[in-house]
Amino acid sequence: MALILDKVELEPGRISKLLIDAPQIARKAQPGNFVILRVSAKGERIPLTIADSDPEAGTITIVFLVLGKSTAVLDTLNKGDQLYDLCGPLGNPAKIEPRGTVVCVGGGTGIAALHNIAKAHKKLGNKVISILGARTEALLIMQEEFSRASDEVVISTNDGSKGVKGLVTDALALVLAEHQVGEVVAIGPVPMMRAVCDMTREAGILTTVSINSIMVDGIGMCGACRVTVGGETKFSCVDGPEFNGHLVDFDELQRRLTAFMSQERLAYDAFLNKCGLHD
Amino acid sequence: MPAQSPAARIGNFKEVALGYTAEQALAEAERCLQCKNPRCVPGCPVEVEIKDFIKCIVAGNLEDAYRIIRNTNSLPAVCGRVCPQENQCEGACILAKTGQPIAIGRLERYVADNYIAANPCARLTGDEAACSFSHGPKIACIGSGPASLTCAGHLAARGARVTVFEALHEPGGVLIYGIPEFRLPKRIVAEELGTLKNLGVEFCLNWVGGRTFSIQELFDEGYSAVFIGVGAGLPNFLGIPGENLIGVFSANEYLTRVNLGRSYDFPNFDTPSFRGRKVTVFGAGNVAMDAARTALRMGSESVTIVYRRTRAEIPARLEELEHAEEEGVQLRLLSAPLRFLGNEEKRLRGVELEQMELGDPGTDGRRAVHAIPGSNHILETDLAIIAVGTKSNPVLLKSTPGLKLNLKGYIEVDHLSETSIPNVFAGGDIVTGSATVIEAMGAGRAAAMEIARRFL
Repeated sequence: MALILDKVELEPGRISKLLIDAPQIARKAQPGNFVILRVSAKGERIPLTIADSDPEAGTITIVFLVLGKSTAVLDTLNKGDQLYDLCGPLGNPAKIEPRGTVVCVGGGTGIAALHNIAKAHKKLGNKVISILGARTEALLIMQEEFSRASDEVVISTNDGSKGVKGLVTDALALVLAEHQVGEVVAIGPVPMMRAVCDMTREAGILTTVSINSIMVDGIGMCGACRVTVGGETKFSCVDGPEFNGHLVDFDELQRRLTAFMSQERLAYDAFLNKCGLHD
Repeated sequence: MPAQSPAARIGNFKEVALGYTAEQALAEAERCLQCKNPRCVPGCPVEVEIKDFIKCIVAGNLEDAYRIIRNTNSLPAVCGRVCPQENQCEGACILAKTGQPIAIGRLERYVADNYIAANPCARLTGDEAACSFSHGPKIACIGSGPASLTCAGHLAARGARVTVFEALHEPGGVLIYGIPEFRLPKRIVAEELGTLKNLGVEFCLNWVGGRTFSIQELFDEGYSAVFIGVGAGLPNFLGIPGENLIGVFSANEYLTRVNLGRSYDFPNFDTPSFRGRKVTVFGAGNVAMDAARTALRMGSESVTIVYRRTRAEIPARLEELEHAEEEGVQLRLLSAPLRFLGNEEKRLRGVELEQMELGDPGTDGRRAVHAIPGSNHILETDLAIIAVGTKSNPVLLKSTPGLKLNLKGYIEVDHLSETSIPNVFAGGDIVTGSATVIEAMGAGRAAAMEIARRFL
């Protein structure tokens, strides 16, 4: 059990941020680590990246997007409620090395996963330029946190309601044109990570991505999270979740994310019906 | 022993073997010759005093029979079900020559089940906790499978304060995530865990050795010794093209979803599992049998085990193989997979096999197998389960400096079960690679005896 100390609805009903009492995990959490949680005794194991951690306060922060039944149930929890299970920190820490200038590109809730990594690069002394992308201004999350974790923040929105109009890659092109960049870290939807990698491959810039595969145990036991990197099968839970983006087979990753789609849909519909939320 | 009929059992996840009645148990126990120098005991990795407990059954004293078993075996109800007795106690029984060894495993199960059923109050009031002391040395067991539970039970019964650290959300290790309900009901595992809790064993769930805590931190917190029993880990795959198509799973994943995640009761439970019409299972050990029989119960039309040698070489227990065949699992022998084939959505649709033939015996006496040229053919399948063993899990090992590993990546231990780090012991699959429940228990007991000698 882990107590929820605070909840902020970043986009009500869709994206929420939880501050969780987890002293043991907070003490050990490194940028790039994730946790696995369950919302009930019948719940499935959900992997979520640690967006922030405070070892002194004994807390971690996670941000999640409501995608199906499990995340919908998670979103019913509020300040003062308990997570049924919380396990971590899992996965290898992000490699934070002196790179000069690092561009951190985040899309959607990937922005949250990116936050701890941007923070660590800044702390090490790298110049951090963060590019945060969303469909529209209202959906942008964690801008304030990123303004502290970065030397410069560039916003891109598909509709142009804030910052550069277009995709994160449009903003990235502008940044790359102006700066000598040592590393790009991209976390977000698979098509976004792929587009970033396509752009930086041509320029020969080291690009790191964090893989959000389907997982069961998260500790190397099952191989659900396998991903092809440079022609080799890797387990994102114990070999990753960070990989050299230029070597990742994004087509395969995208497809494997759909393996259980029909059952996920079934469970979500049943949940919505039960809550009387269905159209 | 009575069992559910094959037709009935493939429609449910209930236990297949139903257990002895009192009359059957007595009749079997009376056959025991009470040998002066019993061969069965050395055949048991945890050295249960077999003839003594059988004598108690004959005398109608199940309580003493249970105590005798428990004296060396922390998980009697589990062992009575999943031990390969034919290679151990029963294989060594003097009556084995007649083809009718004493059914020691069934008797052990009978004693454990009946003791547990008859003594719920004694267990709830914790009579067995009488010998636990609050000032004994603190011992940590990492992992909560058979090796760790045995180590924990042995030490707790002798006065140690034992904490078991489990990475998953439910204790029991392979007994929970691996072995299916129809072979080892979870309530039996829960009973055995309850007995350990009565002894004062504390369980910390969701604690990952090497991530949530390090071994050094355990010593810093006052633990005198640490036992590593984290099991094997990373599943092996076949290393053939198409293995990452949707529909290809490791047996670990398939079984963990069904067993730990209770996906047989989806969507009541949230963990989904992949439904296949035509299932193929690669490998023929006990895990392959469990996966095949589980797939049948999940409603598959057909389940085929693909194995590159002949039936005689199948490594699974004969009883498991026979149960699988009775239930309708098909064997495709002398067949080896070459590649998996997908449809345009990259979902599995088939597997290309080649026919093998047996050659001359190799240096190990095992006959070699060769592919027959031109024998390639396609077998239709939409769910493939790979059950070809595991390799060592790096999570704890990589984060423990100074822990010596062997060439295969498993932990190296000396004759006292001690690792290269003083007072850190290890046993079970993380030392030997994939083996049986009872072998892991034997290793847990050996380490516990040395820990007890040093600290109790």
